[in-house]
Amino acid sequence: MSDDIRQARQTEGRPNLRRFHQARWDEPVIFELSTPGARGILPAPVEEGIAAAAGGVLAMLPDALRRRVPPKLPEMSQVHVLRHYMRLSQEVLGADLNIDVGQGTCTMKYNPKVNDQLARLPGLSELHPLQEESTIQGILEIYHQLEQFLKEISGLDRFTFQPGAGSQAIFTCTLMIRAYHASRGESDQRDEVITTLLSHPSDAACARTAGYKVITLYPESSGLPAMDALKAAVSERTAALLITNPEDTGIFNPRISQFVKIVHDAGGLCFYDQANANGLLGITRAREAGFDLCHFNLHKTFSAPHGCGGPGTGAAGCTSTLERFLPAPTVERHGDDYTLDYDRPDSIGKVRSFHGVASAVLKAYAWVMSLGAGGLREVAETAVLNNNYLLKKVLDISGVSAPYAEGARRIEQVRYSWEKLCEEAGVSSEDLGLRAADFGVHYWTSHHPFIVPEPMTLEPTESYSQDDLDEYAAILAHVAEEARSQPGVVKNAPHNSPVHRVADERYLDDPEMWAITWRAYLRKHGGER
Amino acid sequence: MTKKKQVVYPYIPNSVPSVRRQMLAEIGVPDVDSLFEAIPEALRLDRRLNLPEPLLSEQALRAHVEGLLARNASSKQRLNFRGAGCYQHYVPAVCDEINSRGEFLTAYAGEPYEDHGRFQALFEYASMMGELLEMEVVNVPNYDGFQAAATSILMASRITGRQEVLVSASVSGDKLAMIRSYCEPSVSLRGVSLSTKNGQLDVAALGQALSDKTAAVYFENPSYLGVIEEQAQTIASLGHESGAICVVGTDPISLGVMTPPVNYGADIVCGDIQPLGMHMQFGGGQAGFIATRDEEEYVMQYPSRLFGIAPTMVPGEYGFGDVAYERTSFAVREQGKEWVGTATALWGITAGVYLALMGPQGMEELGEAILQRSHYAAMRIGAIRGVRSPALDSPFFQEFVVNFDGTGKSVAEVNEGLLERGIFGGVDLTSEFPDLGQSALYCVTEVHTQAEIDHLATALEEVLQ
Repeated sequence: MSDDIRQARQTEGRPNLRRFHQARWDEPVIFELSTPGARGILPAPVEEGIAAAAGGVLAMLPDALRRRVPPKLPEMSQVHVLRHYMRLSQEVLGADLNIDVGQGTCTMKYNPKVNDQLARLPGLSELHPLQEESTIQGILEIYHQLEQFLKEISGLDRFTFQPGAGSQAIFTCTLMIRAYHASRGESDQRDEVITTLLSHPSDAACARTAGYKVITLYPESSGLPAMDALKAAVSERTAALLITNPEDTGIFNPRISQFVKIVHDAGGLCFYDQANANGLLGITRAREAGFDLCHFNLHKTFSAPHGCGGPGTGAAGCTSTLERFLPAPTVERHGDDYTLDYDRPDSIGKVRSFHGVASAVLKAYAWVMSLGAGGLREVAETAVLNNNYLLKKVLDISGVSAPYAEGARRIEQVRYSWEKLCEEAGVSSEDLGLRAADFGVHYWTSHHPFIVPEPMTLEPTESYSQDDLDEYAAILAHVAEEARSQPGVVKNAPHNSPVHRVADERYLDDPEMWAITWRAYLRKHGGER
Repeated sequence: MTKKKQVVYPYIPNSVPSVRRQMLAEIGVPDVDSLFEAIPEALRLDRRLNLPEPLLSEQALRAHVEGLLARNASSKQRLNFRGAGCYQHYVPAVCDEINSRGEFLTAYAGEPYEDHGRFQALFEYASMMGELLEMEVVNVPNYDGFQAAATSILMASRITGRQEVLVSASVSGDKLAMIRSYCEPSVSLRGVSLSTKNGQLDVAALGQALSDKTAAVYFENPSYLGVIEEQAQTIASLGHESGAICVVGTDPISLGVMTPPVNYGADIVCGDIQPLGMHMQFGGGQAGFIATRDEEEYVMQYPSRLFGIAPTMVPGEYGFGDVAYERTSFAVREQGKEWVGTATALWGITAGVYLALMGPQGMEELGEAILQRSHYAAMRIGAIRGVRSPALDSPFFQEFVVNFDGTGKSVAEVNEGLLERGIFGGVDLTSEFPDLGQSALYCVTEVHTQAEIDHLATALEEVLQ
């Protein structure tokens, strides 16, 4: 028997799958940790002078508006608050921990720590958004510079960083489209927006929120919408086309500029949803394809962290024709000075309070500065290299396919289908994903509707090594094999996560049973009140 | 193609040349360019991007960005009396500790199993907000208080099937603009005037404006001008008599001392949680909340995610999941309610930490301290000749209007003088509320010591001399 521990960590020269188990703290709900009278932090008491002059002010509150019953918040010592949240944090599989290629469309990449530290400096974290311009020159320069970078990366003429995430940027662009048509007296006539089924749901939903009827184009066997379908859809009622390219199939639409032209010829505008831009940085741009507007997610492509679902930034860009509709204020440069321009009479107004999420703007700026033109191209090339490498590895697994455009190279992600395996083994893609979690990774199915049956969307960005991708593919292969040999193990997964499957979906769908807060739970299920 | 300089990028593991060659061989292509074959030549960028030379070392990058940030003057270096929606409060260390954790910071959209902690932390956030607000439904945070107000109004319109909303004239101009662009074209807004003497909503005007077309009455308490709306109950009742929904915007940090809006008739309560443990961040710490009763007709109108608690296959284990997912745009695209996407979950988790640290006693003590400090400041400023402070004759919380009409100086001049003395004076209201003359909105919280408030008063006296 060998005395080398490494021998038992591999099989036929290849590393074994990880014997992973996520933290499982079986943590109570925070209210159950309350000890009456315990304190987590003590607010600073007022000075004697203030107490003497204004001590009785509470009594001046109108009686009906004064709180009489204290909120039933938990009462906890500081260490117990900390410990509870540390435990919860360990029960989250963040991108810092896992080979996070399984959240397709999300562009999970490394979020450089130095940028997080910089964003926490008082020079950003302690700035009030309404300070005098002379006191915010540094952050305004960062806004201005990042805008210059994105102009160059997209070829468009102006950007705003006010939207708080990608969907809000789509909404912003939709409002600008609405304002443009209104300025030409065509807002009543142009009441339709065209999008594609494989574009993000927010393209359809934001257009609808802005009052548009939505026409959705479906993919053909090529994975792309038919040009004839677009021609049939456009008319004098067309306000705009909102489209992703590539969609989350990773198939680039080579006729995109013709699509744009068809819509332009009908008098509509074209918005390029660039949530999937990571594989295209320095390769191809919105400008060359003829788009009027686009957006990037600074929390995806430009490395700002996702924060469990925000805060992020949707950088919305447009051509000079549409510049006057941008939200106010814009950042303007005058020599070495930077100002905020609020005097924008044609602006759509505000879409988010103040200046958006400045920390994401700073992180994106620092990320571009750390890479430059060569680095951005390396990002795109590596993301595409990684995707096509993983594609090959995944397609070696029996029972999975990459629907549409067989054999074509993909850009930065692929929406796969486990249809064959699922039929064979009687499992679902969701089951497979949950079983993969037992090995320390996750994967996401896809957006709805599941036009690709039993979907799995993978997006291996530039942040993963060849070994990472091999490990990920090995996990999928193992899970697929298990689905055939021990389907019960897969169907009841996860086993090694912090918790097991929800046993009763009525708790999430039945109004009599759902509980969105603890007080609702106690009333409905705890026999209180 | 130009010869590539061999940089191995620390953020890009596969930028090691030998690894790239091996991977290309595995795929079976000669070079990376082959992978872009679908992109027509006409769409290719045939040159390098024109960007600054990169700062490849982390050390150089840090020095560069630190240098830029050093050109800002923060509220650590100056004395700040601005609020107007973004507030300087003390941020407990544990809040920063938790939202810096890589697990929370870098997670995104995993399932409720491997991301169990994310779901539990956000369920607990909603639950603690529910206690503060005495309401049973609170959403996973949306973008900010602006959007929370706009969505609350749209929810009210969808519930009532009515298209007109009455909005208090005390709402900030920016917020009103945002609500308007959000609500058009389906919902129209009508302002309800204020008394310029005390900043209270004109109840008579409200009564006249209400009709069977009114979907909602929206007001804020405390208002944007800091005023405590004394007739909140009457406003809500009047709205209800017309079949309208009462939507109230509030500052959650006031609720240790002020009664939650549900107790005076609010049906939907909304606002911004930035005060609950988020640094100001140039406005980047904003995050919105919406709260309602647990009634199906309300719940089904939320666009946001709602996390619910549920049993798992293992007895005694708490599980979580999305409640009524089918109402969202994730599930049904344009058939969903507005849209849902990335918003501000990390700030929700942080606000949960904040509320757990503060507890009921902390919130009450904090609220009282803010009341006392802000009233002390209003009195100190009011003692200066020619200055009216508080300029509105109403009870107030944290913010108050200061009027300089009697000093012969404009707010802009006053603030310029204060800035020279290292102070950010109150937010200039002259363009937003011209009826208030030369007025500024001052914000005083628990971070302002007596010495600092006295310093402000002294500086104002100097500036106004």
